[in-house]
Amino acid sequence: MIGFHEAGGPVIPNFGRGTDCLRNNHWFCPSWVRENWGDTLQPALIQHIELTLVVVAIGFAIAFLLALAGFRWRFLDPPLGAATDVLYTLPSIALFTVLVSITGLEVITIAIPLVAYTLFILYRNIVTGLRSVPADVLESARGMGLTRRQTFTKVELPLATPAIMAGLRIATVSTISIATIGAFFINYGLGTPIFDALGVADIFRTKLLAAGGLVILLALVADVLLSLLQRALTPWSRTR
Amino acid sequence: MATEAAELVFDEATKVYPGREGAAVDHLSLTVPAGEICVLVGPSGGGKTTALKLVNRLIPLTSGYIRIDGRQIGDYDVTELRRSIGYVIQQVGLFPHMTVEANIGTVPKLLGRPRSWIKERSAELLELVGLDPSYAKRFPAQLSGGERQRVGLARALAANPPLMLMDEPFGAIDPIVRARLQDEFLRLQREIRKTVVFVTHDIDEAIKIGDRIAILREGGKLAQYDTPQQILEHPVDDFVADFVGRDRALKALALRTLGELELSPATEDGLPRLPADTSLRDALALLIAERRDALVVVSADGAPLGVVKREDLLK
Repeated sequence: MIGFHEAGGPVIPNFGRGTDCLRNNHWFCPSWVRENWGDTLQPALIQHIELTLVVVAIGFAIAFLLALAGFRWRFLDPPLGAATDVLYTLPSIALFTVLVSITGLEVITIAIPLVAYTLFILYRNIVTGLRSVPADVLESARGMGLTRRQTFTKVELPLATPAIMAGLRIATVSTISIATIGAFFINYGLGTPIFDALGVADIFRTKLLAAGGLVILLALVADVLLSLLQRALTPWSRTR
Repeated sequence: MATEAAELVFDEATKVYPGREGAAVDHLSLTVPAGEICVLVGPSGGGKTTALKLVNRLIPLTSGYIRIDGRQIGDYDVTELRRSIGYVIQQVGLFPHMTVEANIGTVPKLLGRPRSWIKERSAELLELVGLDPSYAKRFPAQLSGGERQRVGLARALAANPPLMLMDEPFGAIDPIVRARLQDEFLRLQREIRKTVVFVTHDIDEAIKIGDRIAILREGGKLAQYDTPQQILEHPVDDFVADFVGRDRALKALALRTLGELELSPATEDGLPRLPADTSLRDALALLIAERRDALVVVSADGAPLGVVKREDLLK
């Protein structure tokens, strides 16, 4: 398993030449982080962000189309909901393993399960958001002569924004976290330095903590940014 | 459709819901003259709201005709028809994600009016419905119930429709604010002179608002269509008499003022004095309270116009 991890920094730290901090394998050595930022942590962080963005974007596009269908044709909603639910139930490690045999040791092997997991939460939230528009609002829209399409674009979709954004927040944060596990199979993202640190005899503590901390930080920052975006997109829900 | 006011005709209009016993609206025929308020009133199950929604085709007619200025509603494109009819509902149905101004501008925007026109029109309408222009940038969640209904009215008026449909517009508002909205709506109507169909279950509101009242009984049958005065003084049957209430004589008195009576020459010796625009009902209440048999009617500046006896009020 260790054999998969070739990229990114020294796998086995050279305790002999390091600082006291490293020699004693302390939990956090700032000097190590400084020295290994450029060739280990930063590239892994960027990979992690790229993977998350691509996965959430693709997941949202698919979920939105499915939700449109499930919203427009009510009979499609139960089967679509059930399908996304089943995908969500599959254990990630198992799914990664199966996919390795099909798509090989490529990034896409991580990306496919991650996309599949976003579908459940995004699909549910988009459909629920679209359905949550109050009956009196829909009646006045119809009575004023909005067409079906105008009612969707001008009323239902904007009013579903809070629910859609809430779904995006959860999908993004969970993608960031599950993507870490993907590095168990493929060297990609912040999971790589974490598994590297775990793979050495005595656990490389400062590397483990630095990479793990970055995952947590990334999830928090993503959540804050999305909640700010949500506020900007829904000025009406800030009132009162 | 003309932009002023339109004549509305129900001609044997009937709605039967499939799978349901009996009609919701049963061969309804009545004419609302241009610029008048017709109130549809009756018990629940009387089909008043159904009748209203037949007009803008939210509910399709089963048989019969409805004509606006002589043209059948089925001949209009349904979208065009709805955009040319103002529609106000009890829960208002303002778009929560749009400002007051954007709400008011909904139909004008669909009709392709420029932004500057909408801005101006919305300011004008806010003033008309008695709201400060600063309300333009607020969201519905920041308004009280009464304010929301004013915005709902402004929104319905935005494209200057010749016909307004109002479905229990003041039904969810507390009595004090409701009375004020009714008064303001009547003042507004004197300015704008729209043809209005107004649904309520409250006979007092019907009497106050309506130029004509259509009383519908269960099964959507028209029981009587007449002026408030006629309905109160000459109900056609027991159903109508019951519906308008035992106090219908008093309600009828509330519709007339002292100024409408013939007065006998003023011979005042300490009689109570009331202005000419006092309703007969209030005048009678005063005579009862003060245990008097006559009062002096005075003009707005207090000059005596003549004397009215108690029995004159009751004629």
